[in-house]
Amino acid sequence: MSSTTDAATGVKPQVAAKMIPIFVMGKKYEVPDSLTIMKAIEYAGYKYIRGCGCRGGVCGACSTVYRKPGDYKIYTGLACQTVVEPNMYLTQLPFYPAIRATYNFEDLQGRPEEIYELYPEVFRCVACNACTKVCPMDVQVMDYIAAIKRGDIKAAAEISFDCIQCGLCASRCFAETPQYHIAQLARRLNGAYLTPRAEHLATMVANIEAGRYKTGLEELKAMNAETLRKTYQERELEPATAGDDWTPKDTRYL
Amino acid sequence: MKIGYYPGCTLKTKARNLEESALAALKVLGVEAVELPRWNCCGAVYSLADDDLIHLIAPVRDLIRARESGHDTLLTLCSMCYNTLARANDIMKNDAEKAKTINMFMDEEPDYDGSVKVVHMLDFMRDQYGWDKLKEKVKVPLNGFKVGPYYGCTLLRPKEVALDKVDRPIIFREFMETLGAEVIDYPMATQCCGSYQVLGAPDITLKISHDIIRDALAHGAEALALTCPLCDFNLGKRQDLMIGKFDGAKDMPAFYFTQLLAVALGLPVEACHFDLNRSSALGILKQKGLIKEASAA
Repeated sequence: MSSTTDAATGVKPQVAAKMIPIFVMGKKYEVPDSLTIMKAIEYAGYKYIRGCGCRGGVCGACSTVYRKPGDYKIYTGLACQTVVEPNMYLTQLPFYPAIRATYNFEDLQGRPEEIYELYPEVFRCVACNACTKVCPMDVQVMDYIAAIKRGDIKAAAEISFDCIQCGLCASRCFAETPQYHIAQLARRLNGAYLTPRAEHLATMVANIEAGRYKTGLEELKAMNAETLRKTYQERELEPATAGDDWTPKDTRYL
Repeated sequence: MKIGYYPGCTLKTKARNLEESALAALKVLGVEAVELPRWNCCGAVYSLADDDLIHLIAPVRDLIRARESGHDTLLTLCSMCYNTLARANDIMKNDAEKAKTINMFMDEEPDYDGSVKVVHMLDFMRDQYGWDKLKEKVKVPLNGFKVGPYYGCTLLRPKEVALDKVDRPIIFREFMETLGAEVIDYPMATQCCGSYQVLGAPDITLKISHDIIRDALAHGAEALALTCPLCDFNLGKRQDLMIGKFDGAKDMPAFYFTQLLAVALGLPVEACHFDLNRSSALGILKQKGLIKEASAA
């Protein structure tokens, strides 16, 4: 227990936040140093109508670009997740225009050529790596584009898995490619066509469609509430210590 | 023997017959080709503009990946990848000013000094493996098979990265002779096949490619040996457009040099992916008795 905690109430005393300067679109504001960029911007008086989605770091709506004094590097972060730093110059980039190809997914088969036809600009990539450097999720963007160029859709899907579609990669692309839309197509193709089907699931679906569980369901539906409750409470449970060869007494639905 | 290996994009899709035959052969030869864990397209075409440094970023990045993986030598199979990587390496080694600009641009990577040696499978065989040692491994000599090796441009030009004498190369002859083939020399073996000009000038390129095949045929070649997927597109896949269009044009089987290597080493025909070649390729190997009939079916 920390000595700063009030012995009677158990509440830690409020420590006055240190105020630091930040620059929002070039204008200086003094904000508490403990805030996220998003809260700091609200503290400064701005009101978000759009460009702030989940506030939990997964929706990709609040991408922010900033620079620090005396440093040529471009920094990025999600406004809802990144804590302010003194003298950061920042701007919000909630949306960046990028063309998303239109396709009928049912017509695709999971071939690399399908991606090349929809996004021929992928071959304009010169491996400058600006996309990777700007990614707030640390996705190896250039590496998944490289994987797509060599036809490895599975690798592209796996490398791009953490993408939140914020679009910052596209904002920096020397080749003007919409990387994140291409990666989304790769993940869709991988999931639908390149990942092995679960055979036991197909068997189960076939069993359901053949009416295997219909009788049991009808029996349950016909019960009154009391019988249903009793049946539920007396149902046979698999013991926690059961081995792989355990089978229930009622084997009708196995 | 262990060596860093850069495959190149096309070898993973349309030219799997180049990569898979090579890797199967290298395994039999006791060479472990370790594919770089991360790599990007080399750029495929070396940019001729002297100040066009942005197109050197991709190959230099691959060379940095090789260095990071602890390789002193980087093996290539595709002659265009070889050319692009070797020329970029040459710049990094010998042009301090450009190297500095490139290293500054890639500030997320360690600086690179051109210290990886880029080799092609052919000079790797000659200089590091050895023709004599290779000859000992040949189980099915390609005796009586008249093969015309086609160099094209990128193995020999410019001289800074040439595998052999630019004007009178013999390295491909030596390779094919080691495999037991009867090697056919023909004047146009070092002429350009038309390369990527096929996109902008398909008709002119078709004529140029046909001239090369006609020259090889006239000198008695029964098949071409190639090192490049783009050469294979122009000299192999586009033959269908030549036949019927040019007088005397007829089917010429075209192989990757690594497929002929795999055949000579007695590897099963499945290792060669002949389904990606012209159908005449498998046909002539059967006709020459170099592959087993049953295995080929």
